[in-house]
Amino acid sequence: MRSDGRASRWLRLAAFGGLAFLHVPLLIIVLYAFTTEDKTYQFPPPGLTLHWFEVAWSRADIREALWLSLQVAASATAAALVLGTMAAAAMARARFFGREAVTLAMILPIALPGIVTGIALLSAIKLAEVEPSFWTIVTGHATFCVVVVYNNALARFRRIPRSLIEASMDLGADGFQTFRYVVLPQLATALLAGGMLAFALSFDEIIVTTFTAGHERTLPIWFMNELFRPRDRPVTNVVAVAVILVTAVPILLAYRATRDDADAGGRNG
Amino acid sequence: MNAAPAFDSTPPRRGGIGRRLSNLLYRRSGLLLLLLLLPPLAWFGIVYLGSLFALLLQSFYTFNDFTGQIERVLTLDTYVALFSAPAHIDIVLRTLAMAVAVTLACALIGFPIAYFMAFHARGRMKAAMYLAVMLPLWSSYLVRVYAWRLLLAKEGIVAWVCAQLGLGGVLEAVLATPLVGGPTLSSSYLGMFLVFTYVWLPFMILPVQAALERVPGSLLQASADLGARPRQTFAHVVLPLAFPGVVAGSIFTFSLTLGDYIIPGVVGTPGFFIGQMVYVQQGTAGNVPLAAAFSVVPVLLIAAYLALARRLGAFDAL
Repeated sequence: MRSDGRASRWLRLAAFGGLAFLHVPLLIIVLYAFTTEDKTYQFPPPGLTLHWFEVAWSRADIREALWLSLQVAASATAAALVLGTMAAAAMARARFFGREAVTLAMILPIALPGIVTGIALLSAIKLAEVEPSFWTIVTGHATFCVVVVYNNALARFRRIPRSLIEASMDLGADGFQTFRYVVLPQLATALLAGGMLAFALSFDEIIVTTFTAGHERTLPIWFMNELFRPRDRPVTNVVAVAVILVTAVPILLAYRATRDDADAGGRNG
Repeated sequence: MNAAPAFDSTPPRRGGIGRRLSNLLYRRSGLLLLLLLLPPLAWFGIVYLGSLFALLLQSFYTFNDFTGQIERVLTLDTYVALFSAPAHIDIVLRTLAMAVAVTLACALIGFPIAYFMAFHARGRMKAAMYLAVMLPLWSSYLVRVYAWRLLLAKEGIVAWVCAQLGLGGVLEAVLATPLVGGPTLSSSYLGMFLVFTYVWLPFMILPVQAALERVPGSLLQASADLGARPRQTFAHVVLPLAFPGVVAGSIFTFSLTLGDYIIPGVVGTPGFFIGQMVYVQQGTAGNVPLAAAFSVVPVLLIAAYLALARRLGAFDAL
């Protein structure tokens, strides 16, 4: 029970067994990306090859889906950065009536099941008679990405000493200069982290996307079609590895950028 | 070079519009607050709450089976249709049972990991473990579901491992068990349960770890000084303090399971889940009112769960 004591054998086994449970399946996918078997999920793979990476890269449908997903994620992240930072700036400095309600409104999109957000957006799209498009996807994604930026920015705003801002003002800077030269540099890594997490979240979001996408095909939608009706198993394996890499890199960057924040927000997403 | 200009001790007077605006905002901080909050509030008010309202509205419309049109008249008919069909009640109960089972399994598997991270891991090991939990939480949901397709397939790795260990008979016996079994692992409730637990596990670990990190070491020492055995300290000191974290994590695992429609579709049985019902009704059937009414069900269940969680003190741990 002492915090510096050695863990019992059983605790060790349970903890590392649990972590293995989380990661072995991902390793298996990486292995399958190299298999020579293309009809079944036979284990162990009869042979290994790099052929499928070449095939996947030459596929126009995959490249288009990838490009669309990158554009959606970039646009949703940009919108979330602006809205999340503004909200955090307001909420960090003030107490006002209805503050709790604002927090709740921002948390709801990730607290409610994705399908509720999805069908709600679809209902609005139908009632407003808007044609689903790139922008309806971005709107949906931005809605649940705001809270991620907000959490990170809020945690950082609370750590910026009030005295720095007062010193800047005393030295003759106006509010905009103070924001530009004092607040923003302090905030930068938190925004980077929030933006990166929002990007990763948006890049492989599927639940909300299927309702708002209309005829557009993001990479997760392409992937989901393969899940339900497998046609190109080996190519799907390669895309899976690519998705793991594209989402892991921003998350690692986000972790590096905020590891000093004691209460690095966003983890409760 | 000329001599340096004489130092001017008066404050700079740049009377530009930016300066005046800045001064105004500084003096009237309420105005600044309003300007900062307006865009995010407008977004959430119009896009999100507006959509939720549209959802509620749709659920009070009805779908005409003969014309295939949605009739925009406010009635309770769709809700009556929802709750009067035994098949629909089955769907709700099936989903609820799965959500409870998955939540319990996540708590059981996640607790030792969180405990080890909070009390034993140090330095690099702790950082590595934190990343090992955070990466799957944020990324690759679909890929992680897909992995289980490879694992659970008839010719896949789980069957292979069972065969190597001479447990092929055990696997068949489990699959032959009514309720949890099925023709193969990838079309059984057991398989679905495994995938749900796998995918939502990180959402349980992090809140529990956060709660355990906040348990003061002095409390543990006090407990030991007062003669408690490690087991007693765990039961009477650690567990009650960690419990709000478990409840916080369970909100995620419960809510995510209730609304998912991918996993029951990929690894699943013929019986529908709430998420699938919503997806199918709005898609191929075009019955948006019934889909909307169905999606109100998980919202109500989660509201009930949140009310329960608030009583158990979960929100102190978020």
